[in-house]
Amino acid sequence: MIYFKLFWTFFKIGAFTFGGGYAMLPLIQGEVLKNGWISADELLNFIAVSESTPGPFAINIATYVGTTLNGFWGAISSTLGVILPSFLIILFIARFFEKFSENSIVKGVMSGLKPAVIGLILSAVLSVGKTVLLPEGLLINKNFYLSLGIFVISAVLIFKKLHPIYVILISALLGILSGLIFAI
Amino acid sequence: MTEKVNKKRESLILPLFITFLKIGAFTFGGGYAMIPIIQKEIAEKKKWLTDEDILDIIAVSESTPGPIAINSATFVGYRVAGFWGAFFSTFAVVLPSFLIISILSLILKEFAEVRSVQNAFFGIRAGVLALLLRALFLMYKKCPKNIASYFIMAISFLFASVFKLNIFFVILICAILGLCFSLYAKRRATK
Repeated sequence: MIYFKLFWTFFKIGAFTFGGGYAMLPLIQGEVLKNGWISADELLNFIAVSESTPGPFAINIATYVGTTLNGFWGAISSTLGVILPSFLIILFIARFFEKFSENSIVKGVMSGLKPAVIGLILSAVLSVGKTVLLPEGLLINKNFYLSLGIFVISAVLIFKKLHPIYVILISALLGILSGLIFAI
Repeated sequence: MTEKVNKKRESLILPLFITFLKIGAFTFGGGYAMIPIIQKEIAEKKKWLTDEDILDIIAVSESTPGPIAINSATFVGYRVAGFWGAFFSTFAVVLPSFLIISILSLILKEFAEVRSVQNAFFGIRAGVLALLLRALFLMYKKCPKNIASYFIMAISFLFASVFKLNIFFVILICAILGLCFSLYAKRRATK
């Protein structure tokens, strides 16, 4: 049954993801974290892994959650689930629609979905911020200052257009250093 | 005539598979990073499609559900070689990720208990927060900026984070709002 649940959850996620990048993140938080399949920390760790390996985030996260839960066949179920809506919808459109993206209804719907995704990701990023900076509520301790410091350094580097992989490497080094110096 | 076309299409399935295998294995950073590479491989090098086709495919991939990488692989495959072209292109673009992550997740589990790995991930999570903020900023820059758009942004944010509404609902509501606003704007423009 878990195979079907994995398949169906990722099928829904695939069917409701609009746009690239991290458009999927709010859905992953809503569905995968809610089910307790992986933890919020694990999701963030995995985003770093996904940024450092080839391939789209969607496939990477589906494969990861599937493997973690139920090995190879779990991964097959979730990956198949996340692909299938795309595959079917695109086949249908390619077969029956010319100029699909110029259709006024499609344009109207998209004019709602684009800003919706921004609002949803903002909400997702805030919840990630809470996981990273204040995992135990409003507790300002050593870990809070260390995380905040690493976040600020990373933010400066990424907005100065350093490649994400280097930002991840540097933040990893800073994490190890924090462990050595401050015994986190 | 059609038989000839079918033969030609069939002969393109293996090259399509190999091309998308390469695209899947060598692009870091997901769907949007894939687009220039698809354009280069499929239009410039192989000349299976024109630049204009690629632009159309990107527009459709962005306005249909599902990850951009999968949408564009399926669409390109279909345009070049029909159903089996779509099938094998999609399969190929997924395969490298699937294999790499399947193996990596086993390795990750092996090292998850090591102290310095845990510390490294403590730092990485703060770094990832910065990456996500940057991604959000880039998406915001690309989004149309008008009153309707800001209104929907606010609605979706409030519904998701304050009222904790199911994300699927929020998306549906915003799609309907977008459609209503654009129909209203159109009617006012024609009046």
